[in-house]
Amino acid sequence: MNPLSMLDRKIVRDLVRLWAQSLAVALVMACGVMTLILALGAARALDDTRTAFYDRTRFGEIFASATRAPESIKAAISAIDGVSAVATRIVNPVIIDITGMAEPATGMLISIPDHGDPAVNRLYLRSGRLPEPGRDNEATVIEAFAEAHGFRPGDTFDVLINGRKRSLSISGIVLSPEYVYAIGPGDMVPDQKRFGVIHMHRSVLDGAYDMKGAFNDVSLTLSRYADRKDVIARLDRLLEPHGGTGAYGRKEHVSDAFLDTELSQLRAMTQVIPPIFLFIAAFLINMILSRLIALEREQIGLLKAVGYTNAAITWHYAKLTLAISLVGITIGAVAGTRLGHGMASLYGEFYSFPFLVFSQKPDLYVISTLVTFAAALAGAANAIHGAVQLPPAVAMRPPAPTRYRNLFNASAGGFRLPFSQLTVMALRHLVRWPLRTALTTLGTALPVALLITSLFAFDSVEHMIDTIWFQADRQDATLTFASDRSGDAIREVSRLPGVMAAEPFRATAATLRNGHRSRNIQILASDPVTDVSRVLDREFAAIALPPAGILLTERLARHLELMAGDQVDTELHDGQGRRVLVPLVGVTNSYVGLNANMSRQALDRLSGRGGLISGARVIVDESRLDDLYAEVKQTPAIASVALQGISRQRFRAVIEENIGISITIYVTLAVIITFGVIYNSARIQLSERARELTSLRVFGFTSGEVSSVLMTELGVMVILAQPLGWLIGHTFSVLVAQGFATDLFRIPLIINPSTYAVSSLIVLSGALVSALIVRRRIDRLDLIRVLKTRD
Amino acid sequence: MEPEPASKTSAIFEITGVTKIYQTGEVEVRALNGVELKLQRGEMAVLLGPSGSGKSTLLNIIGGLDRPTSGSVKFKGEELAAASDRELTLYRRNHVGFVFQFYNLIPSLTAWENVALITEVATSPMSPADALALVGLENRMHHFPAQLSGGEQQRVAIARAIAKRPEVLLCDEPTGALDSATGIIVLEALARVNAETGATTAIITHNAGIRKIAHRVYSFLDGRIASCVVNEVRIQPSEVSW
Ligand SMILES: Nc1ncnc2c1ncn2[C@@H]1O[C@H](COP(=O)(O)OP(=O)(O)O)[C@@H](O)[C@H]1O
Ligand SMILES: [Mg+2]
Repeated sequence: MNPLSMLDRKIVRDLVRLWAQSLAVALVMACGVMTLILALGAARALDDTRTAFYDRTRFGEIFASATRAPESIKAAISAIDGVSAVATRIVNPVIIDITGMAEPATGMLISIPDHGDPAVNRLYLRSGRLPEPGRDNEATVIEAFAEAHGFRPGDTFDVLINGRKRSLSISGIVLSPEYVYAIGPGDMVPDQKRFGVIHMHRSVLDGAYDMKGAFNDVSLTLSRYADRKDVIARLDRLLEPHGGTGAYGRKEHVSDAFLDTELSQLRAMTQVIPPIFLFIAAFLINMILSRLIALEREQIGLLKAVGYTNAAITWHYAKLTLAISLVGITIGAVAGTRLGHGMASLYGEFYSFPFLVFSQKPDLYVISTLVTFAAALAGAANAIHGAVQLPPAVAMRPPAPTRYRNLFNASAGGFRLPFSQLTVMALRHLVRWPLRTALTTLGTALPVALLITSLFAFDSVEHMIDTIWFQADRQDATLTFASDRSGDAIREVSRLPGVMAAEPFRATAATLRNGHRSRNIQILASDPVTDVSRVLDREFAAIALPPAGILLTERLARHLELMAGDQVDTELHDGQGRRVLVPLVGVTNSYVGLNANMSRQALDRLSGRGGLISGARVIVDESRLDDLYAEVKQTPAIASVALQGISRQRFRAVIEENIGISITIYVTLAVIITFGVIYNSARIQLSERARELTSLRVFGFTSGEVSSVLMTELGVMVILAQPLGWLIGHTFSVLVAQGFATDLFRIPLIINPSTYAVSSLIVLSGALVSALIVRRRIDRLDLIRVLKTRD
Repeated sequence: MEPEPASKTSAIFEITGVTKIYQTGEVEVRALNGVELKLQRGEMAVLLGPSGSGKSTLLNIIGGLDRPTSGSVKFKGEELAAASDRELTLYRRNHVGFVFQFYNLIPSLTAWENVALITEVATSPMSPADALALVGLENRMHHFPAQLSGGEQQRVAIARAIAKRPEVLLCDEPTGALDSATGIIVLEALARVNAETGATTAIITHNAGIRKIAHRVYSFLDGRIASCVVNEVRIQPSEVSW
């Protein structure tokens, strides 16, 4: 056995003596390690699972839909250079009627081959089996929907297929790569109860939709070296005559785009949050070690005098640093792993994968350990360097007295600053170590910033809810017809039970282009002046839609590199394939999706076919909602219904739950940083100034007065940290808002004054408690001992 | 020299039967073992004795920094042994001036500010400038301790101790860290302060040469006062043979 060397015993003793300070640093490190493991592990879990699932189910790479394309062109599609597999399908929205649920659910009814697996977008069977040939009423449903309703194989439910009510029997429960994130029309967050995906045999849907020998949806997989752009262009050309609405890749595929957003957020988190913690930890290590080395100056001199090498002394302090880090890494790894499992199960709620395992591969822990060690050693480096540089003879003498600058001079000139000498002491000490003061201030500002960055989501979501549901889309429901109908249909809608107001709209798929930039979108057209659903400009004022021209959301305009006044190369996918230049008359504000708006008049003129509407937005008498729901479930002409009122409630509930979780985490993190910084800072000040402060007690100053020196010094830094924290927090929030912005949705940057105040309040309270813990030590200063030693 | 005042004036401190026992682990150290002492108002007393004989312990008890294990310490009739921490703090603040071997100046404050630190909270202080002038430092007022010599620092400490016009001035080896020439300057300052402010002054030293500047000399041995000598003739600090 190799007994501990003398120096190693000293490490153990130092750790025991400095346990509170070491623990404070270790906790800050633990936060860094935890967030690193959490974010990196979650990102990997999501990424790996996605890749594996997509591979296994042969998730498509290019998607397109058409009105009705003959099956015969499938061969031509397969022949496109780079295409490795093609699946043609019939895909239609349906209304689902579930016993015991008043509101209609919406569904996607998708065909699968009668025999064998589809070549693209295979299903992953969770339970039961695929429909059996010949059993026309059998269908599979996706798991999230089944779980929300407690469905098992053998259960039945009703759907409205092309106007006819049909009772379907669930043969199996499946997962689909197309609906990992399954979000219904008009919804902002998944609502598993109200959105279902149903797969049935192609032969059944052929009959139901009168599509024999035709398809309206196609997905492709590509060979490795395929030229995506070229494939899309060729596919578009093939589908064009058949009402093709423009092919797109995974980037524009809603489910995959949501996963991508989540992943890029996790990656951004990995790059921002752990470094903040590790930076603060490095700084704290530096503070503690510098002080320890200052106290042990003479011991170091002695060790060197008796022949310990610089390397031995360096290694000694490095080991102390590593020991503290190890505590932090252990706590962080345990917490990170536990939270990772929690996060994975949270993901499980939103993303339907067959499995989602939080990655616990050892390299994750190795990376975290190495990164933390590196940060800690970087923090320790210059303190240790200073110690080993001293020649032994110098080290054994006391250090030269600290020189202060004659600032804050209470008696300077004729001009008297209103400071007591106690305050002057505090202020001079602050400016004596400007770098340390600045870093401590920064270290206190960062938790403020972190809080603002997480709390601002509340303000922004509130604003989003107000804008989306109370300013723009104020309808209770959006009814979409199975196909465009004449404008008279609005009168029928108005007559539906409970409908108090109805506004018609027309939706047409289109490709907007500007040079090499292009985008497939839906042009939504409505009456010039509307009251239910309104288009907002960038100042959130309702816009009257002009008789000609198009309006684009800011993000879409930016994507196409267009400004108001430019011409938009617009191709309508309404079967006519017209391609015209339309003036961009304005830029609009929207938090969801990429929108293009026109007046009906303008779209009618563009398409050359007037008077058509695709559906209506309605305001409903709340007391008659159930009547309306019942009617909609029986109205063949209505293909789908989006319930904005329910979407709004669901959105608020989901977002608030998520924000609630993240706020709990961020408040904890902020409090840990604050404690780490302030507690250590106070302890070190107390250690450095024990002699002065004790002298003050000897001369008859009360504990309160003596601690005011410490409190003033900490107070100045903590107060200065607030505006700095607000500034950094604002900047972070801008970055987060930008980072969150995708084609699917964006988060507005709204930070209420109360958010700044609450963030500061949390940090101020944390700082106060940390300082008060140290303050108690002032009451216990040994008055006599200080008199017996020199500085 | 003035006629010696001890016999005429009343005692400012009456110390009876004071013991102080330090308990360090298993070991019990009897630092004071039945001290009897009366300090007269305005007198200058020198406490002599070998190292470890209990001088500092007694001075600290008189100064309100520590409490006796048993016995009584009366300051102007008030029992210090029974005073609370807060009362002792106020007692030190309002009545006692301290001078220590290691100066205990605040390094971040200039000489003037070190004195002002105390005068700011005193009830009827002299101005910091006057206090510094009294110890001959009128030209060094705005220097930081690090810019002053040891003797100068000790004189700042004396100016700080006397600026609040304390009734008691307690000095624990004020010249212990100084060479003889500087020591004499510091003793002169103390003697002058004692004469001009009338503060009862107690000086601990183990330099026997200093004893002759006192009105009275107490000799310590093993935690007791072994003898008390009244100096019929006091000498000037400058005459002290070091
Ligand atoms: N805080 C203390 N704890 C334990 N022993 C002490 C303490 N202070 C003083 N002593 C002991 O009390 C005795 C008297 O000390 P002190 O009054 O400092 O002597 P002097 O000042 O005469 O040199 C010594 O033996 C010393 O070791
Ligand atoms: Mg002593």
